[in-house]
Amino acid sequence: MMIPLLRPALLGLTRLLVGARASWEGCAPADVPRIYFANHSSHLDTLVMMAALPRELRARTHPVAALDYWGGSALRRSVAVGCLNALLVDRTGKATAEVMDAMAAVLEDGRSLILFPEGTRGDGAVQPFKSGLYHLARRVPGAELVPVLIENLNRVMPKGMPLPVPLICTMRFGAPLPPPVDGEDKAAFLERARDALVALSHPSPSPSRHDSSQRTAQ
Amino acid sequence: MTAEPLFQPLFLWLAGAALGLLTVATLIGAVLAHRVRSPAGRDTVRNLNARIRSWWVMVALFAAAMLLGGTVTLVLFALLSYLALREFITLTPTRRGDHLGLFLSFFVVVPLQYWLIGFGWYGLFSIFIPVYVFMALPSLAVLGADPSDFLTRTAKAQWGVMVAVYCLSHAPALLWLDIPGYDLPAALLLLYLMTVAQLSDVFQYVFGKLWGRTRLSPGISPSKTVEGLLGGGLTAVAVGTGLHVITPFSPLQAAGMSLAIVTAGFFGGFVLSAMKRDLGVKDWGTLIEGHGGILDRLDSVVFSAPLFFHLTRYWFT
Repeated sequence: MMIPLLRPALLGLTRLLVGARASWEGCAPADVPRIYFANHSSHLDTLVMMAALPRELRARTHPVAALDYWGGSALRRSVAVGCLNALLVDRTGKATAEVMDAMAAVLEDGRSLILFPEGTRGDGAVQPFKSGLYHLARRVPGAELVPVLIENLNRVMPKGMPLPVPLICTMRFGAPLPPPVDGEDKAAFLERARDALVALSHPSPSPSRHDSSQRTAQ
Repeated sequence: MTAEPLFQPLFLWLAGAALGLLTVATLIGAVLAHRVRSPAGRDTVRNLNARIRSWWVMVALFAAAMLLGGTVTLVLFALLSYLALREFITLTPTRRGDHLGLFLSFFVVVPLQYWLIGFGWYGLFSIFIPVYVFMALPSLAVLGADPSDFLTRTAKAQWGVMVAVYCLSHAPALLWLDIPGYDLPAALLLLYLMTVAQLSDVFQYVFGKLWGRTRLSPGISPSKTVEGLLGGGLTAVAVGTGLHVITPFSPLQAAGMSLAIVTAGFFGGFVLSAMKRDLGVKDWGTLIEGHGGILDRLDSVVFSAPLFFHLTRYWFT
C-alpha cells in the first residue's frame, strides 16, 4: 500500500541529493537483457542507479542486493523488493547455484540486472572484481555487459562518514563489453571488465561537459 | 514586508509583457529553425530554442512563487542556493576533512540564512555567513588534521557559500525592506532586479550574436563582446529606467540603479566565468536546458543582488 508512494519519494530525494544524471556514452538506453556492472562506492549506489535509468527500463531492471542485509527485516525487504525491484541473493557462498539460477532467470526473461562486482567498497579506487560476473556472462552469453561508472558518489558519503554532502553524481554508461571468449580465463576476463569500467572516468573532475546532452540523445 | 496582494492590474500588465516577449522569442526561434541551413548556424539556433524553452519554465516558476507570497519565494531561493552550492562543490576538489563543514553548509547554513531573512533579522543575516560561517568552516576543517591545500580548500568552501548562498539570498531579502511612501508590493522590487539583470544577459547575448565583433576577453569568456556588452547593457538600462513605475525610484534614480545592476551583473558573470575556466569546465551544471546550470543563469544576479539591496536600503528606507 505504501510502496507506490514510497518509490517516487525515495527517487525524488535521491535526485535532490545527488542529481543522478545518466550519460549514455557507449550505448543507448534499450530494453534488451543487460548486465549493468558498476563500481560500488556508497550505500546509495542502488538508489542512484535506479534514479538514473529511464522509467520504462527501471521497471524491467533488477539490482542484485545482499539477502543478509536487505532481507533482515520486513521493512528493508519491502523497500528493496517492492520499491527497487531488487533481487535478493545469499552471498554467504552456501547457495551459489541457486543465486546463479535466479540471476540467469531474470536475464532469460528479457529483463536486466545491476551488479556491483567489487563486493566491498574501497576509497575511490575500483577494487578487483569477484567472479560472479564471469560465471553469469558464460551462463547467459546473449546478455549485454554494460560497464557503468558512478562518479562522485564516494565523495557524497565517504567510508565511515554517516552524513551526506550533496554533489551531482553522473552515471557514465559505456559500450557493451565483448563476452568472455573460449580459452579466456576467468582472471583475464575480470581484469578486462574492470579496465572497461575504469576507462570511463574522465581526467577532469567535471561532470558537466557541454556535449553531454547530444551524447545522451544519440 | 507589505501584505498587499500582488495580484492587481499592474502585475497583469507585467505578466502580459513577459508573455508577449516569450511568444515573440519563440516565434523568432521557430522561423530561424526553418531558415538557417549552415551546420554551425543550426547548432546556435538549436541552443537558442532550448534557451527559450527553458525561459518559459523559469518565468512560470518565478511568477508562481511571487504570486504565492514571500514565504514561497524564500523557499524557492533557498532551493536555488542549495542547487547552486551543489554545482559549485561538485566541481571543487575537496578532502575528507571538509566533509562536516560542507554537510553543515548545505543543511544548516542554507536554511538558517533564509530563515533569518524571513524573520526580518537584518543585523544577523548580513553578517552570519561572512563572519561566523567563514570562521566555522576552517575551524571544522582543521579538526580533520589534514593541512594539505588548506588555504585553497578553505577559500573554495567560503566562496561557494558566499556566491551561492549569501549573495543570492539578498534577492528575496528585498521583500522585507520597508520603504516609506512606497505602497506597491515589495515583491515588485525583486521582480525589478531579476528583470533588469536577466534582460541585460539576454540583450548582451542578442547584441553579441548579431553585431559582436570585438572579443572582450577570449581567455575568460569567449562569447562576451564589447558590442554585446554596450548594446545589451544600455538597452537593459533603458528598460530599467522605464520600469521606474514599479519602484520607489524617480526615472533618473531608476537609471542609476539599473546601471549598478547591469555593471555588477556583468562582473558577476565575468568572475564566475573565470572560476569555471580555473576549474576546467564550460558550464556549472546541466539542470537548465540550453543555459547550463543554476549558476550559469544566476551568475549576474549573485553580484547585483547584494549591491541593489544595499543601495535601496541605504537611500530609500
